Amino acid sequence: MDEYLLLMRLDILTKEAQPSPEQLEVYMKQYYDWVGGIAAQNKFVGGKGLSTEGKVLKFNNVMTDGPYAEIKESLAGFIIIKARDFDEAVSFARECPILKGEGNTVEVRKVVTEHHNC
Amino acid sequence: MNEGPLIPHLFRTEYRKIVAVLCKRFGFEQIATAEDIASDTFLTAAQTWGLKGIPPNPAAWLYNVAKNKAKNHLQRNQVFASRVAPVLKDQAIATDEIDLSPQNINDSQLQMMFAVCHPAIPVEAQIGLSLRILCGFGIDEIANAFLTSKETINKRLFRAREKLREAKVHIGLPAPAEMEERLSAVLATIYLLFNEGYYSISQNRTLRSELCFEAMRLCTMLVENESTNQPSVNALLALMCFHASRFDARVNEQGGPVLYEEQDTSLWNTDLISKGGYFLHRASGGRQLSRYHLEAGIAYWNTQPADAREKWEHILQLYNQLLLVAYSPMAALNRTYALSKVCGKQAAIAAAEKLDLADHHFYHLLLGELYTGIDQPKALQHFQQALLRAKTDADRRAIQQKMNGLDTTPEV
Repeated sequence: MDEYLLLMRLDILTKEAQPSPEQLEVYMKQYYDWVGGIAAQNKFVGGKGLSTEGKVLKFNNVMTDGPYAEIKESLAGFIIIKARDFDEAVSFARECPILKGEGNTVEVRKVVTEHHNC
Repeated sequence: MNEGPLIPHLFRTEYRKIVAVLCKRFGFEQIATAEDIASDTFLTAAQTWGLKGIPPNPAAWLYNVAKNKAKNHLQRNQVFASRVAPVLKDQAIATDEIDLSPQNINDSQLQMMFAVCHPAIPVEAQIGLSLRILCGFGIDEIANAFLTSKETINKRLFRAREKLREAKVHIGLPAPAEMEERLSAVLATIYLLFNEGYYSISQNRTLRSELCFEAMRLCTMLVENESTNQPSVNALLALMCFHASRFDARVNEQGGPVLYEEQDTSLWNTDLISKGGYFLHRASGGRQLSRYHLEAGIAYWNTQPADAREKWEHILQLYNQLLLVAYSPMAALNRTYALSKVCGKQAAIAAAEKLDLADHHFYHLLLGELYTGIDQPKALQHFQQALLRAKTDADRRAIQQKMNGLDTTPEV
């Protein structure tokens, strides 16, 4: 069983694209139904939601407001899951409710090195 | 006057207080001595009261005798003079002063709770010691609760005391920086103690309810102390109140279990339900969201009799979150049951079949339930699997009932 990182990207900056509080409540329910289903299989390792503001640091001491200003899709959150292989990880990712929104993406990456505090 | 039931009752309520105070005074390494003096005090009481009758204030009488025995012990004991006296923290107190004031009894018991629920010893030993030292249970009662022999319990408790001695556990509240971690160990033990009573297969119903109420009493002590009155403590107390509210409804006259859906809701204890609501409200201060908050939330909705969609949506969301912080097979199965109430049986079947829990009888019970009315032969198959794996007669009877309810027409 390997660990996979699922990176969820969506437009969190354009004002018109933001959900109303009622919509947001529905989205959150769908999101928790999805991660809850993964956790019920004991395959949820961890994850975090991220704030909409941020800073991006670049070469030569350049800092811009982020989370990522150049593209519309910003990192909105990530989870780490356990899966037998890439196929299984992708099958979890495919059910992620943010994919119901046009332009949104879920990136699946396998965790290959681990850093431990010794 | 009949002193028969009085001494066991006093043993239950006073033994733990005497042990806690003496042990705090002597240091944890002298716990066996503290227990000996407390037991000896009750022996003296039984002998004296049998001859002279019961004194007007039996508890005060016990404290006096315990004090004198402790003083004698301190004065006589060589170990005390050479080893304990030099390390006694509060040298200002005269060496033979034993403080059995309500305040010191309360403080000592609270501190004892942290000493006993120490990560140096395994949890079942923590529960055993808690029952003995914090709840004043007899060795035979503990053996009965764990369905094992007195020898096993004695050995287990002996080893646990040794371990705590070796670990040089001291009696006191943890420092603020350690509080959260140590408190979580104490709460885990209290919850296990409660579950031991609530789900135990022991047939002794009185004993089982006493285990539950002792767990609630210990948790109440934590809530009443300022430094331990944390949101998670209130959440655990709320959770236990909600569960305990169904204590009378979940057992029938023959002592068999009554399934949740079949319980007479008029037997649910409304006082405990509102008490649970009160502590759940107090638990919501602060940012902390412990597993006890989520479980208390689920337990709250379970005290709401209406089978409304709203109820099950809340339960489903709470299980989703609970699984993120504390996975357990039962939570996974219960979550799937809630899913069937919100999204229908087909969705729940798909989710259930992804769970790798085919060894659990509850897994098959759930699938049997979900397939009922959709695919009767499959439902029957799962009930049969559940029957094979069930551990108690009561469980087997409940499954058999479900099977009898299936109207299976053989396939052609």
